[in-house]
Parts: sequence; C-alpha cells; structure tokens
Amino acid sequence: MDVAVTVNGTTYERDIEPRKLLIHFLRDDLDLTGSHIGCDTGNCGACSVILDGKLVKSCMLLAVQANGAEVETVEGLSEGGELTPLQQAFSDHHALQCGYCTPGMLMSATALLRDNPSPSDEQIRKALQGNICRCTGYWNIFDAVKAAAR
Amino acid sequence: MTTVAPEKVQVEKGWIGESVPRKEDKRLTQGDGVFVDDVKRHGMGYLHFVRSPYAHAHIVSVDVSKAEEIRGVYGTLTGEEVAAVTDPFFQIAGVPGGQIKDYALAVGRVRYVGEPVVAVVAESRELARDASELVEVEYEPLTAVVDARRALESEAPVLHDDAGGNLMWHGVYEWGDLDAAFAEADQVVRIPELHFHRFNSTPLECDGALVEYNRGTGQWTIYTNNQFPGFAAIMMGPAMRCGLDKLRIVTQDIGGGFGNKITSHPQLVACCLLARKLNRPVQWTEWRTDFHLSMSHGNERWFDDTEVAVKNDGTLLGFRTKALDDAGAWLRYEPLGGVIWSQVTPGMYRWRNIRVDFTQVATNKAPVSPNRGYSRLQHLWFTERVIDIVAHELDLDPVDVRKRNYIRADEMPYETPNGCVYDSGDYAQMLDIALDLVGWAEMDARRRDAESRGKLLGVGIGSTLDSGTNNFGQSQLINPELQFSGNNEVATVKLDIFGEIVVTLGTAPQGQGHETTAAQVVADILGCSLDDVDVRVGHDSYWNSHAGFSGTYASQFAVTGLSAVKGATEMLADEIKRLGSVILGGVPVDALELAGGGVRIRDNPEAFLPFMACGAIINANNAGLPDDLDVTLNCRYVYRPPFQVPDVERKFGNLTLTYAAQIHVAVIEIDPETGYYEIVDYAAVDDCGKRINPQIVEGQVMGATAQAIGAAMHEIYEYDEDGNLLTPNFYDYHVPHALDMPPIHTGSIESPSPFTPLGTKGMGEGGGAGIHALSAAVQDATGKIVTSSYNPYQRVWELLQ
Repeated sequence: MDVAVTVNGTTYERDIEPRKLLIHFLRDDLDLTGSHIGCDTGNCGACSVILDGKLVKSCMLLAVQANGAEVETVEGLSEGGELTPLQQAFSDHHALQCGYCTPGMLMSATALLRDNPSPSDEQIRKALQGNICRCTGYWNIFDAVKAAAR
Repeated sequence: MTTVAPEKVQVEKGWIGESVPRKEDKRLTQGDGVFVDDVKRHGMGYLHFVRSPYAHAHIVSVDVSKAEEIRGVYGTLTGEEVAAVTDPFFQIAGVPGGQIKDYALAVGRVRYVGEPVVAVVAESRELARDASELVEVEYEPLTAVVDARRALESEAPVLHDDAGGNLMWHGVYEWGDLDAAFAEADQVVRIPELHFHRFNSTPLECDGALVEYNRGTGQWTIYTNNQFPGFAAIMMGPAMRCGLDKLRIVTQDIGGGFGNKITSHPQLVACCLLARKLNRPVQWTEWRTDFHLSMSHGNERWFDDTEVAVKNDGTLLGFRTKALDDAGAWLRYEPLGGVIWSQVTPGMYRWRNIRVDFTQVATNKAPVSPNRGYSRLQHLWFTERVIDIVAHELDLDPVDVRKRNYIRADEMPYETPNGCVYDSGDYAQMLDIALDLVGWAEMDARRRDAESRGKLLGVGIGSTLDSGTNNFGQSQLINPELQFSGNNEVATVKLDIFGEIVVTLGTAPQGQGHETTAAQVVADILGCSLDDVDVRVGHDSYWNSHAGFSGTYASQFAVTGLSAVKGATEMLADEIKRLGSVILGGVPVDALELAGGGVRIRDNPEAFLPFMACGAIINANNAGLPDDLDVTLNCRYVYRPPFQVPDVERKFGNLTLTYAAQIHVAVIEIDPETGYYEIVDYAAVDDCGKRINPQIVEGQVMGATAQAIGAAMHEIYEYDEDGNLLTPNFYDYHVPHALDMPPIHTGSIESPSPFTPLGTKGMGEGGGAGIHALSAAVQDATGKIVTSSYNPYQRVWELLQ
C-alpha cells in the first residue's frame, strides 16, 4: 500500500505491507531507530511517539493508519544537536541509565508538558505510567520532568 | 602486558567523587544510541525461532519443506543440523549435571515451553514469523516435572537421560562445629520450609544479534547485547569447533542486562550457523514473549528443615538447612548458583557454625541464569528471614537481634567461617541511618495512627551484601576438574596523533555509565578535562582490550574495569613524562607533572608540551628520538585481583574481593479486609566504598530498589502443572510503573575497600534488600510468619485469614 507519512517535518512516501506496524515502519523503513520496542503487548511505551498532536504507542498502530498524519519522534525533539530543556533535565537528574526507555519517556513527557506546562506531581506520575523503565526506579525521571515544567 | 598489583593511590580531589553528568546522555536523549536491533546490513535475513509448545516431549519429526518453499524465505536450521556441525556446550558441572548434552537448538527432545526447535530466516520479520508457522514438528508429549520438590522422586520424569536423573549437582557445606553450637543453644528455632520465588529483571530491551560471516577468513562478527562476551566466547568457540579469534564480539548500547543477558550463547550460535549456511547477515531480535518464556529466569530456591541455634538474648550461634535449587531445563551458567551464594555465607552476622546441604535439580521450566543479586539474594533473603523468624519466636526486637549479631566495624576486615574476607563496613551505623530516615523514633505513634484508620502498619529491615569481583576459583568447589580461577579485566589508553585520549575496555555496560566513570579516573591521572577523554562504547574483540572474564556482570566494574583503566592510564602518564623529559631538554621525569592537557616542568609551567604534540611526535614525527626511549603512547593494562585458589576440600577461601552493603527499611500499611498494602515510607542506605560518581551509585541503588519491590509484590514466573508459563508478557508479569514507586529516602556511608586500587567496591546488584525488607514488613504488620519471598496482595490476605 502506498502511504505518505510526515515524520519530524519530512514527508516520506513508501509502498508498505498493510500489516506493518508503525514502529517497524519508523525503525526499519525510515531508519529512525530512536523509538524502541520493549514488549509485544503495548505495555512498555518504549515506542511512544506523537501522532497529529496525540501521544500514541507506535507498536499499537499499523503504519497505514499514519497515512497523511504528522508523526514526531525523539529524533525531532532537538535541533542542531543541542539538547532541549527536557532532554537536558534528563541528563542533569540522571533520569536515564541504559537509555532504552528514554525516547518513549521523553515523548510522553513532551506530550504532557505541551498540554499542561505546569503539571502537578500526580499528573507527572500519571503521564509516565504508560512507560516502563527497569533501571531508574522512576524518581529521577519524575524529577527531570518536574524541573522542565514551568 | 601482564600485571602487578597497583600501588594504592588515594585521590583527594579532582573528577573522582563528583556527580558529573554522564557522557552517554547526549546520544541517548536524542535517539542516537545504537542498540543491537538498530544495526542493519545489506541483504540481511531476519531470524525467527520455532518454539516448543510442550514442556516435555520427544521430537518425532521436523519438516521445514513448506516453510522453505515460500518466496523470501532464505533458509532454516534444525536441531539435527546443529548436532551435526557443533559439539555440545561445555558444562560447568561435573557428574551428574555435566553429562547432559546442550545444543543451540533442541535435539530429539524438548524440555520446556518456549525452547527453540527450529530457526527460520526470511527477508522480513513478518515473513520469518509466518514461515515459522509452516514448520511441521511432530511431538510425542511426555509427563513434565515443574515442582523442584518432586524432581527427585522415583516416578518423576527424567529430563536428561545422560545424567541418569534430575539431580544436577549436590554438595554439603559445613563450617564450624554444629553439634557444639546446638548444644550451647538455649533454644532451637525450627523453620519447616521457606521458598524464594522465580522472577527476573526483564531488561526493557530483549536479547538480539546481527551476525556476519566472512567466507574468506572463516570469521564471524557478532553484534550483540550479550553482557559477558568473555563467557559467550568460551562457550561458543569449542561448540562451533573454532578458535576464539574467529569470533569477533561487538557490543554497543545495551538496553539493560541485570545478568539476564549473559547466557544468550545458544541463540548466538544459531545465528552464526545460519549466517554461514545462508551466506548472508542474520539478524535476530527476541520478542518480549520469547524472553519471558525462555531467557534467564532467576533461581527459584527452597530452604527445608532449617534449624537455628540461638541464645535467649538473641545471640545467633549457627544454622543448618537444606537448600533445593531449581535450575530449569538446562545448565547454562549453572550449577554456579550452587556456590555463588557462599560468597555471603553468614550474611552480615557473626555466627560461625553453618551447614548448608545444597541440591540442584532440573525441571521442565525455562533455564535459570544470573539475575541481579544472583544466588546471593536468595541466600540473603533466607538469612534475613531467619533473623526475623528468630525474633518473632523469641519475642525479641528485630533491630536488637540484628545489632547484637552484626559483624562490627572494628572487626573488619572480617574472615567469615568459609574464608571470605569482608573488606570494610559499619552495618550498625547504616541501620541507624536507615531507621532515622523512616522516622523510627515516631514509629509507635504511627502504628497507632494506622490502627485508628483500620490499617496494619509493619516495619521491615533488609540487611544485605553485594559481593563483587568474583574469584572464579570458586567454580572448583562445584567441579574440582575446572581450570578457572581469579578474575581480570583489560583497558587500553592511548594518545593519538592529534592528542586524542582514547580508552577501550573489555566491559559491556548496560546503563552503568562506564564512559563517564572511566573518564573521571583518566582525567584525574592525566590532568585534563572529561571532554578530552573519549571512552569507546562497549566491547569489541578487535580492540584487543579483553581477557577471559571480560564483561559487565557481578558488581565489579568499579574494581576490575576502573583498576584496569587506572593501570593503563598510569602507564601512559609515565610514558608521556618520559617523552616530555626528552623533548623538554632532558629534565628529570620526577620534575615533570601532567596538567592542563599536557606535560610541564613543575617549577616552570611555561615549559609545556601539550598532549597533541606528544601524540604527533610519537606517531608521526619521531625521527631523531633516542633509541632507548621505549614509548608508544598506547598502553594496555590487565588488572588481576589478588586471589588464591580456594581450598576445595574445606570449601574455604575468599570468593569475592569486595563486599558492598545495603540496609533497607520498608514501612507498609495493610488493609486487612483485602490484603492490599502500600509502602508508606522507605529508606535505602548504601556503602560501596569510595564512590567515583555518587549520582550514578544512587541511581543504581534506586533502580535495584524498584526491582526488589516489583519482585516482592508483583513479579513471578509461575507455571501450571503442565509447565505452561502463566506470565509470558508484561500484561501478566507486572513490573513497577511510575505510580507503583513509593518515595525513597537514600543515605550512604563510604567505607573504602582496603583491597582495591581506588578504594572502590563493586555495586549495583543491591542484594535484593527490598525483597527482604518487604517480607519482614508483612510479617511485622500481620504477626504471621512469612515463608515466601513473593507477597502479592492476595497472599497477604491469605496470611491474615
């Protein structure tokens, strides 16, 4: 099937299998390997991206469902290699160890802070609930998001 | 280059000890990390494993013809082919466990649900998976044994006929004088059965590899996330009938390991064989369900007929118990769990009379392998249960019993009954700090407050050790025929042509920040900034910076890895000075110092030779240098810890070099109507000696705590009686989420190790302190003896009935 998907501002036209998952389209067809796969049941959130302004798990969507949509991935967060305040806060607060969950965490936090630039503590924790991290115990991630909030 | 014991240097100021942000973070926060599934090659095929649906069955026939007929399917590999072109994996066990024959794919029989039977390679992931459905395997089901306690019964089905039964290993450990201890005891506390459950750390990235085969040289390049390349190589080479130089193992960013990525060698061999057979790169990425079904479960262990000799005042004299360890279907790293626990034989306590009758059996479940806290956390959970059960039976305060029996700071270094030498520490002080952090002084009032709200408050302590830097000689206690002992790690540090400082290591980090902490050590010695130091990512056999034990496992980087870095950097510093001495006009070496990114005369800092000049002179402008100037500016150092081979007869010797300590206190409130409970307060106090980067240490402490809380409350690999795993994905296997984490207070003391070059101790596994603390807290709140390490809400409710 022919699709046209805009990812981080660039429109990609591809002929893909209808059953291909969006995450595999991003990673295998477009070589945008920042978004990761940590499960096969939609639980872990490592594949989280923003699609037409909404946070989604890209393993729970077919690539064809993104036809005509605008997708934002972790690769699109910073410009010119400079870290965004949120990315910098992740480093400052040691909110990542292996870094495998980090792209998904960053996208979840980005979606949160766009909708709600001054979230409460509870809102931050709830916003991260769909993302599993096995290294940090979450508190440093929470602190980083809080520091990046207004 | 060989090694000598490095001189102990105490660095007072500089980069060491500073919580500098990590060098790794820039790429990882921008999606620029390179994990194994990100590696692609032209024409590569995707591998999918056909797995056993049975826990135990004969393989009657395998037919791959329908799968191979599909367009886009590149080929297949069967167990029969594997058995023809490889030898069984080397076994650590002697008789009987060592007689089993373990291959990369099942041969003739399957022994657990999810065991790889056939591998299919196709042009896409989806096609490989589809084609796998067309592989026809005819099975003749056999009865399965899933409960280790049944495995040695005469009617139990036998997994491995070659071993003559399900017994894999048995050994009796006894130190001190048990009869005298029990004669002296005022009381004998008896504990019929304790059970440590099966779980693992479920790193978010599953296992994987991309393997290329070079026909001309017969060499494989294996891009993988295996965390112990040294072990993988010695397993794979003999099985594949090739020398280790034919196996180039490369790791880059790894998405968590926690020990679970040590034993992927069977899958790596399957990838290698297919890369050769199909003459194309082969890519394998494990699915989450596959990981849960087949990879590296933690050791499940039973402790039966425990007896504890104790005085009325709570003084512990000794214990005896029978440990029964469930290895699952294969011995992939086992039976090392049968000796690793004895690194911490007495836990933190001063009892001298100990007997452990240890048995390991095979069952029709996924093979066990190291998991964060490997084998010690089972034993430490046991010793902590013993302490709290003794306190309960004697109506003593668990805090008092601990303090009465803790090894004291003034007894360090302390030789345990089995010859391990606890290097340093102050456990009582750590407990005081932890109790303060949870507001111990007000605990009675809080208990009454909880009662007034209909809740049961419980406080539990987990006192635990994270023994690090293995003496692999302990393997000889399992099998005296083995020729392993000691330990090692390698680093190279070089000054390149434009003054670049380049560090390589044999380790395979999975989030521990090695690039940062290694750079901190290098920068202090060379007198430069962290940005000047480039630590290469991961492991690569082509760097020649590895040895037999290279990898990242078992709480040792701060000792083995950083000592290798220190040794290599000191060699480089010496070479730079000797070069500087020549170039700066023959000044004595000891008049020189390294600072500001170069070498200079201490009393005349303007006489300065930058590193760039040093690198350029040696590498590209060396005419006229003195003949006797033996300087390459490319230094390799092998760190070898000071170990002796243990006494096999007495099972006596120092089994690890360092003993980091953790004391955790959990405060919980239980709703007695439902068993639901919350952790309302939590303290984690850590002592890992000198900390190179305290923020990284604290991160490890919090991560280990989260894993322990998850294991204690939610995580279990539970099987039905037919051997089906009931928790094969993250729906059913609940790991903690952000909302599950209680607030954690952290504290620390630093007791530098007298035995390591930097005063560091390995840390990161955490000894499972949270599991121990939560078992104790549930017991305290309910007043009922807790006999399982797994205490989800329904179990707590059942306890209260």
